[in-house]
Amino acid sequence: MNWISNYVRPKINSLFSRREVPENLWSKCPECGTMLFHRELTENLGVCSSCDHHMALSARDRLTALFDNGVFTEFEVPQPTTDPLTFRDQKKYPDRLRTAQRDTGEKEAMIVAEGEIGRTPIVVACQDFSFMGGSMGMFVGNAIIAAAQRAVQRKRPLVLFSAAGGARMQEGILSLMQMPRTTVAVEMVRDAGLPYIVVLTHPTTGGVTASYAMLGDVHIAEPNALICFAGPRVIEQTIREKLPEGFQRAEYLLDHGMLDRVTHRRDMKNELVSIIRMLMHEPPAVTGELPAPDMVETPEAQTDASQAQSADG
Amino acid sequence: MNYLEFEKPLAEVEGKAEELRAMARSNAEMDIEKEAAALDRKAQTMLADLYKDLSPWRKCQVARHPDRPHCSDYIETLFTDYTPLAGDRNFADDQAVMGGLARLNDRPLMVIGHEKGKDTQSRIEKNFGMARPEGYRKAIRLMDLADRFNLPVVTLIDTPGAYPGKGAEERGQSEAIARSTEKCLKIGVPLVSVVIGEGGSGGAVAFATANRVAMLEHSIYSVISPEGCASILWKDAEKMREAAEALRLTAQDLHKLDVIDRIIAEPMGGAQRDPDSTIQSVGVCIDDILTQLSSLSRDELVQDRRTKFLNMGQSGLAA
Repeated sequence: MNWISNYVRPKINSLFSRREVPENLWSKCPECGTMLFHRELTENLGVCSSCDHHMALSARDRLTALFDNGVFTEFEVPQPTTDPLTFRDQKKYPDRLRTAQRDTGEKEAMIVAEGEIGRTPIVVACQDFSFMGGSMGMFVGNAIIAAAQRAVQRKRPLVLFSAAGGARMQEGILSLMQMPRTTVAVEMVRDAGLPYIVVLTHPTTGGVTASYAMLGDVHIAEPNALICFAGPRVIEQTIREKLPEGFQRAEYLLDHGMLDRVTHRRDMKNELVSIIRMLMHEPPAVTGELPAPDMVETPEAQTDASQAQSADG
Repeated sequence: MNYLEFEKPLAEVEGKAEELRAMARSNAEMDIEKEAAALDRKAQTMLADLYKDLSPWRKCQVARHPDRPHCSDYIETLFTDYTPLAGDRNFADDQAVMGGLARLNDRPLMVIGHEKGKDTQSRIEKNFGMARPEGYRKAIRLMDLADRFNLPVVTLIDTPGAYPGKGAEERGQSEAIARSTEKCLKIGVPLVSVVIGEGGSGGAVAFATANRVAMLEHSIYSVISPEGCASILWKDAEKMREAAEALRLTAQDLHKLDVIDRIIAEPMGGAQRDPDSTIQSVGVCIDDILTQLSSLSRDELVQDRRTKFLNMGQSGLAA
């Protein structure tokens, strides 16, 4: 603290401090306290090289790391009615939305995209915890439905990365209605005989866990991710006792039969590719460095290719 | 008779009338009928005034009224041949969820609902109507049974929400709720839900993903309790009035939002003042909906639910 940080208005202040942030920032691992070189941390997909702690990853960074050569095509999500209830708590809901949009540079709490992982075409829906806690409102519901429809139309598997504090309270009952809506989306993928794989990341809680995140054909979680319906604080308040170490963490859920696997972020892509290719009756993936694709394929070309593939199989 | 906080003035007037009558009973020479009748009329006017335009928070209180008819009352009064079926065939029988085979006007069906309990003992037994995973899994089993034998399913919703307990989480509460919602969507028989009191969050959705959803006039249906919402968004659980207002959890608002299909009128002063007529109105509504849905084929019923939920939320309340 110096005199200027007291004197200058907070907004201006944050502008200044942001500009001062150098490219080669060091970050501190919140788990073990090791100082990590920013570039190294990014290369390591946000995993601490010392204690393997999996840090938060924005949806965009996750997709860039996931798709071959970081190439993916986002597709449109039908825009729902903004602020359907004209909700206001201490702030107006549209103001909260705008703040989140400004802070994250994203439109909403989910990105839907298609592309290839290990030369395997997939559709991905990726939730962004940094956008209002990844909360599920009409937009997230629409995004999952759009992703499911795209998967069915292109005959591709759907991979969903979940990360959310739960429902978007500011959309009231309509956020609750995303539980049945997204369940319909999952049914569409299932009816089409396509795989639906859920990757549960930290944290996945509330109505999100109690709908699409727990309806996957295969459930994979990142290490130590908190996965629950009612959070540990609420439970401690209800039963008035301390909860055991590791309660509601990924490994705990694996022990209790709620997950298929807990997988390190570095191995996630290969694991997804391998599982998907088996479920889709495709030959094993070629591992190792792949040559860059000749060009970015147009969506039409991709459809033809995937149709040709399924016709062969 | 239990009075709610906002009914205090009414309680006084009704109490006075009762006192007068009690005095007259012990003293035959007193003629109090005129005064008592005047007090009665005053009470009626007060009641009508209070209930004419209930605020959302007051509606929450009415929806949670201890004397309000509960699931077991509906089952006892409306249905014949009720045969309770128990257990999830996995772990336990959840007392917070009751259900079984029954007939409504001779029509055989499956009825499932949350039961909150009537007194301290039964409330504890029923866990205040908060289901554990076993409850959802029992419901899934009963819906499956109904589906196989082509029986319509009626669900009566009255729960504060899922139970936030250690065991419930360990046994996969989230998965149980998700599967129950999925089962609601899948069955090829008519599914009708009535929110008779509190429709609390995921615990309610798990049973209420129905072809038609009706709500009693003073019942509520919400993503989170007003108290919970207040403590998160206002950082102050005492702001539940504001939260109840903002959440739009009343039957009237939900009807405007097209989230529910029908509102069932309650007697003056709420269901607790005349449980029998309330139960009868609910019965008429269920029967009417079942008759409407009976012409739909299995595929049409499934499609009807899917379309209903996919289209939900197109219009806001803004207007």
